[in-house]
Amino acid sequence: MLEFKSVSYTYHTKEGETTAVSDLNFTVENGQFVSVIGPSGCGKTTILSLAAGLIAPSSGEVGRGDGEFGYMLQRDALFPWRSVEGNIFLPLEVKKRNTPEKRARALELAEKYGLKDFLKKSPNQLSGGMRQRVALIRTLAAEPAILLLDEPFSALDYQTRLEVCDDVQRIIKSEKKTALLVTHDISEAIALSDKVVVLSKRPATVVSEHTIDFGGNCPKTRRECAEFSVMFELLRKELGI
Amino acid sequence: MKNPTYSREHIAYLKKQRNKKIIVHFSRVLLLAAVLGIWEICAQCKVIDPFITSSPSRVIKTLGNLYADGTLFYHIGITLMETLVGFALAVVLGYAVAIVLWSSDTVRKVLEPYVVVLNSLPKIALGPLIIIWIGTGYDAIIFMTVLVSIIVCIMNMLTGFIGVDATKMTLMRSMGASKLTTLRKLVIPASLPALMNTLKVAVGLAWIGSIMGEYIVSKAGLGYLIVYGGQVFKLDLVMTATFILCVLAGGMYGIISLIEKYVTRN
Repeated sequence: MLEFKSVSYTYHTKEGETTAVSDLNFTVENGQFVSVIGPSGCGKTTILSLAAGLIAPSSGEVGRGDGEFGYMLQRDALFPWRSVEGNIFLPLEVKKRNTPEKRARALELAEKYGLKDFLKKSPNQLSGGMRQRVALIRTLAAEPAILLLDEPFSALDYQTRLEVCDDVQRIIKSEKKTALLVTHDISEAIALSDKVVVLSKRPATVVSEHTIDFGGNCPKTRRECAEFSVMFELLRKELGI
Repeated sequence: MKNPTYSREHIAYLKKQRNKKIIVHFSRVLLLAAVLGIWEICAQCKVIDPFITSSPSRVIKTLGNLYADGTLFYHIGITLMETLVGFALAVVLGYAVAIVLWSSDTVRKVLEPYVVVLNSLPKIALGPLIIIWIGTGYDAIIFMTVLVSIIVCIMNMLTGFIGVDATKMTLMRSMGASKLTTLRKLVIPASLPALMNTLKVAVGLAWIGSIMGEYIVSKAGLGYLIVYGGQVFKLDLVMTATFILCVLAGGMYGIISLIEKYVTRN
């Protein structure tokens, strides 16, 4: 579980200080997939850094459970000098948990999600969508309790994006992980999440929260639902675009 | 051939590419032969004075003489040793200093102006100091070699370290990696192309350093032969030593290129 309790964060540069988020309140329940959407530059990445504990809030409190965090970034950041398998083992090595059991567990995940034939290949031989899947398995290999996703689909072309988006949602759901996604893509947020949190312009604060409960858990059927476009319009208005 | 069913156009294209390559290689050899040939002919016909300009045949003769009296490989060996030891020291020390500068912003900012000044300083200005401090042995020449090439090693490697993809750095940070782990797992492998580049630049500079060192103080070596030959007007000796230097420097660069190809083949 992840809980933001009236969190504010101000960052300082030579030019001055900027309040990125102010009095932020929202919760991510265990097993929930929550998306945070907001206008670009509203401090979405700051929210993830706060959630991961990479930065400490200026005031307020970020409540985290005992579980670890896994971070998935805009670009896959795969290491080209390592094989796909080597990339998946990276978090185990960094966290000094590179035991045969953990490695076997990571490989099991990779095989379960269709990477079996690619394990010995170089990431450069994979398509953009495949690479992002490797990045997700790498994140999952460390067995995090909560996944933090920073617009992980924004670098992909539209078609791949839909595919990978559904792919990632399916994997996260079937592994029963808790996830917090930040994005500026409204339809992505609706298609993937159990709950959407709408942020204001900077300094970001919560405008509204919406529970998404139509169309089952599948992004594809959700996009075809009538409620989808209604929700889309509603969120669009709230974002003021 | 991987695919025997190439279209006729593609076969023509491949042939054209190959012909082009052959023409380039052939022209290179031809150019060298022409320069050497004209040089030789001009010297033979006394258009130019071979006492001052030497000639290819005189160079070969001098090579033969040096080989016969057993000093050829002695001089080559000494210069080669000085260059290689200086080169290796410069690269290893430069790499280590670059790591220190990479690991601390403050240290980097403090030392930056000194590195810049040392880089622009003509190292030969330190010649007299080196002789007085270190003496007139090989170590003085090796010291000069290190001095000439180390700054570029530091600056090149530091640029390589700092230029590592920011997303990958964030990834390491998000996994809670320590500085040492980040260095080992990410920065060192990611900066391998920078290292290869550094080796290429440093090897050229190491030659400059060792020959410069021999100009200032030496009893043997190719630089010594050049200075000695110039002083006693044995221009054949100067040309011969220069020719050997060309071959050695080219060969060393070639070896590093091969290593680069092998290391960065993925």
